[in-house]
Amino acid sequence: MSTDIPRLADADFAADRRQLDVRSAVSDYWARVRAGELGAIPAILALAFLVVLFTGLRPETFLSKGNVANLFTQALPVTILAMGLVFVLLLGEIDLSAGVASGVCGAVMAKLIVDSGQPWYVAVIAAIAVGVVIGTAIGWLVSVIRIPSFVVTLALFLGLQGITLKLIGKGGTVPVRDDVIVALANKNMPIWLGWTLAVVVSLGYAGSQLWRWDRQRRRGLHGKPVQLVAARVLVVAVILLFGTFVLSLDRAPSPLVTLAGIPWGVPLVAVLLIIATFVLDRTAYGRHLYAVGGNAEAARRAGINVTRIRMSVFMIASGLAAVSGIVAASRLNSVATDSGAGNTLLYAVGAAVIGGTSLFGGRGRARDAILGGLVIAIIDNGLGLLGVDAYANFLITGGVLLLAAGIDALSRRRRSATGR
Amino acid sequence: MAPPGRARSGAHGEPEGNDVAENGEPVLRLVGVNKSFGPVHVLHDVDFTLRQGEVMALVGDNGAGKSTLIKCIAGIHPIDSGVIEYDGREVKIGGPRDAAELGIEIVYQDLALADNLDIVQNMFLGREQRKGIVLDEDAMEEKARETLARLSVRTVKSVRQQVSSLSGGQRQTVAIAKAALWDSKVVVLDEPTAALGVAQTRQVLDLVRRLADTGHAVVLISHNMNDVFEVSDRITALYLGRVAAEVKRTDVTHGQVVELITAGRSGDLGLAPTSAAETI
Ligand SMILES: Nc1ncnc2c1ncn2[C@@H]1O[C@H](COP(=O)(O)OP(=O)(O)O)[C@@H](O)[C@H]1O
Ligand SMILES: [Mg+2]
Repeated sequence: MSTDIPRLADADFAADRRQLDVRSAVSDYWARVRAGELGAIPAILALAFLVVLFTGLRPETFLSKGNVANLFTQALPVTILAMGLVFVLLLGEIDLSAGVASGVCGAVMAKLIVDSGQPWYVAVIAAIAVGVVIGTAIGWLVSVIRIPSFVVTLALFLGLQGITLKLIGKGGTVPVRDDVIVALANKNMPIWLGWTLAVVVSLGYAGSQLWRWDRQRRRGLHGKPVQLVAARVLVVAVILLFGTFVLSLDRAPSPLVTLAGIPWGVPLVAVLLIIATFVLDRTAYGRHLYAVGGNAEAARRAGINVTRIRMSVFMIASGLAAVSGIVAASRLNSVATDSGAGNTLLYAVGAAVIGGTSLFGGRGRARDAILGGLVIAIIDNGLGLLGVDAYANFLITGGVLLLAAGIDALSRRRRSATGR
Repeated sequence: MAPPGRARSGAHGEPEGNDVAENGEPVLRLVGVNKSFGPVHVLHDVDFTLRQGEVMALVGDNGAGKSTLIKCIAGIHPIDSGVIEYDGREVKIGGPRDAAELGIEIVYQDLALADNLDIVQNMFLGREQRKGIVLDEDAMEEKARETLARLSVRTVKSVRQQVSSLSGGQRQTVAIAKAALWDSKVVVLDEPTAALGVAQTRQVLDLVRRLADTGHAVVLISHNMNDVFEVSDRITALYLGRVAAEVKRTDVTHGQVVELITAGRSGDLGLAPTSAAETI
């Protein structure tokens, strides 16, 4: 590489050649924020604001150990659903049927366990397969027939509710009692396992970040200053370890029993997050997704199969919707005719957008679903503690989604005004 | 008319140590190419020759068939009759992939960059380098930077900048560098300076010249006579789908080229009066 340095020196990649110091990295970051690249900022501000707000309004209950654990399980289904929607939103498309698809898949799973006596894994695989089939149908109609995704999924939003109704029967619910499924949202990991995982993940994250920093430095590539890398690693580790600590406290209402540990659904979401982030950031498929979302014509000319990419995101979204439906069934111990209907989808889209995924395509990350999912869960949870009437709940949730979409639209305008 | 094997103009912008063959075999040669869209006969017996290390300006009025000609080279339109030779052998260019595999890169007028990706990501779009299933970001960044450095692109602060933050000239630069990244032999530029200011036009023209000087064969489509006379070695003028003339830049004046564009002939250059008339 050293032979390249004199040649590189005459080109003016100033920011690439010198190792960035913290000050210029921070000012670069600030310039990007001012240009409309808000990233995770709105979600973090919203989290802080909501925690302060609800702690103020309900000091004894909101931050109680039991409620904090409850928040996490409450966030699970919406987060998983939102993670699938991030893929769809990255292309600037929408899937309005993801919520009810999760209901159908949950119903399929419940029926297989209860009526056919199938083991849980068969039921889970079947549910996910149904999700992927639904996604394939949507994807085909959108990418091959070229019906706008808005229309296709609006039609499926109605149609799939009919299927859930047919599967479950009028007004009925199917109870879910399988131990493994119920454990997902209702049982906790052993304390030692929680700590072990938290430490391993923290160390793994630190290792991968520092290794990358070192590699970039040695090869003279563009990178962040080591202080910022370290700060980032530290923040992630502190959040993981503190979260583990809180969830490892005994939160049983009675001193006679112990109830402690990380709910099993949390590592499930963590695994999904790691896989989705890997796919989006590190694979050619992920790169092509962003390209199609940013400029489909450019992607097509670059030889990317836009049709296939468009089809795939709906398959991913509906597949993850199935997982979300399974977790939701676990949390409620049942599947009902209105599972996944109502405000489920609104919550999930809201979560993705609040987390920082753009409705206009091309921008979004898997972690957006986590941040936004937590925001949504806190809103839902807090309003529940306040005993807000149903009408106000609808108004507030709708307002939050509009607010998030408004921030998205304004920062996009800002980007196109400052770009060029 | 098959173009005679003219000596290439050596007077202009010849860099030190340029090892490009002065009178090499043509890289790309079109002989008697015809192209119709339904009843509309757009290209008439077009002959077109391109040599390594030279800038060939392709000029002509709106609708003369410039874009159609390069789309035939790019594999977007199949030709109806005629022969395309590449490196001395006859080839069929069935699609954009075929063209890319031969080493033909086209920079379209609308550039087609993804705003939400950075420079490296755009330059490698659709042809990412990988290690296993993982993208090899380091290798791509190094190679992108090397290519930009080779073309002396000086205005980019970081190759990890998002394309949305670049100026029009910088975007054009990235699009051109992308075409040069692939050991391409032929780079076709459709009106690269049309939307640019004075300083940025300057940058892009310098880049066009350097492309040729580093061994690429360049086709430059332009409406701007100043640009054409500044960087090209030879000029092909299309008139209503026919090649009116193929001339050395040093052999003609602005006025003559403008006449070739507008009337298909200029003095003893260009189409015979009858042939110019029957084209209509
Ligand atoms: N896809 C097409 N179908 C029908 N006619 C076309 C098509 N593309 C170009 N033409 C016609 O071919 C002629 C040449 O067009 P074009 O190559 O775009 O000219 P230029 O790029 O020189 O302005 C025009 O009359 C145009 O209308
Ligand atoms: Mg044109």
